[in-house]
Amino acid sequence: MTLNNQAPELARSEAPSELLRELVAHLRQNRTQLREEWVVRISETRLLTAMTKEEIFAEATSIYDSYVEALETEAFEALQAYARNLSERIIPRGVETHEVVGIVLLLRDVLARSLFAKYQNDFKKLNRILDAYEPAANRIANTVAVGFVQERERVIRQQQEAIRELSTPVLQVRERLLILPIIGVIDPQRARQLTEQLLRGIRTNRAKVVVIDITGVAAMDVTVANHLVQTVEASRLLGATVIVTGLSPEIAQTLVTIGVDLGKMNTVGDLQGGIEQAERVLGYKVATLAEPEPR
Amino acid sequence: MEVPILKQGAVLIATFQAALSDADLNQLRMGLVQQVVKFRSRAVIVDVTAMDVMDSFASRTLREIAHMIRLRGADTVIVGIQPEVAFAMVQLGLTLEGVATALDLEEGLAYLNEKFKTTN
Repeated sequence: MTLNNQAPELARSEAPSELLRELVAHLRQNRTQLREEWVVRISETRLLTAMTKEEIFAEATSIYDSYVEALETEAFEALQAYARNLSERIIPRGVETHEVVGIVLLLRDVLARSLFAKYQNDFKKLNRILDAYEPAANRIANTVAVGFVQERERVIRQQQEAIRELSTPVLQVRERLLILPIIGVIDPQRARQLTEQLLRGIRTNRAKVVVIDITGVAAMDVTVANHLVQTVEASRLLGATVIVTGLSPEIAQTLVTIGVDLGKMNTVGDLQGGIEQAERVLGYKVATLAEPEPR
Repeated sequence: MEVPILKQGAVLIATFQAALSDADLNQLRMGLVQQVVKFRSRAVIVDVTAMDVMDSFASRTLREIAHMIRLRGADTVIVGIQPEVAFAMVQLGLTLEGVATALDLEEGLAYLNEKFKTTN
């Protein structure tokens, strides 16, 4: 690339596409040998250790062919699709970003070396070939890397969504009685989502009483505690009574510190007590049918 | 647009339409407060199901209606507050404290019937 600006009149004598075609022919001709060399370099540098030799060889063949095709047609869509497909297959096996970028850069090096070897006696032609080769090769490396990273991000987003949905179940335990067990750390975003799901749940299940159990929450900051209080008040506006159970000493401390109006907060020590009180509010009475049989 | 006030037994029912001006709200307040004594109603239900947004004036008026009706010797139930509206109101600090609320008209009537039974 450093010799880009030398001998412009020579460069013009052969169109870049002509050079690329020559280059592609060269790469096709030496396919077996270059691919072999590339695979050797991959195992030398200990990339893709999560995959077997055969798998690496099979992938290398496809990547090599897509690579040459992308050079030839200068159309990157097929390569992009392949990169995405490849990422989909190898991400679950723990292949890292640096490995994928690494192997594409290795291929780029291997091919450049072979060009050096071929044109070592014609320095000017070598320059022009590299001028044509390097931008295309860089673009290919870029395409593959971006495709891989995008796929990774997509997977991460998907997992985050799954975790978020799993983390906020709104469950109906009796007619008109919902429980909302909260486990883990509540950040403001999750708190907002909890509120949204709870209010919607109250509406769809026509709930009269909601038990929010926060036994599984060790501590919450002032923002989230305030949010909890607001959720209780918003639920009341929908006509539902909220009972909060399982407040840890730390959370009790936080609520007292922010000065919650305790008249609005209905709290019971544990989930069982909360459900019992909710049943009383709803007019249920739980009784054993008979004495348990002696064993 | 004026809010119609319907009489249903001992209960007056006012149903909010989508968009109400401040003048409509004032008119509704006066209408309810006058009619609750005129019809000897025991309670008023204000149905806000159609309201997707509730500004501070509207919620303040709701609270005022409830308190004025209390002074006129009847109960008020606000029904049909949308989940999004409920949370927005709470965030603005408009919690309608001291005012009974219910999920919808049916719930509101059930609540009042229960209440009438115990006070009879």
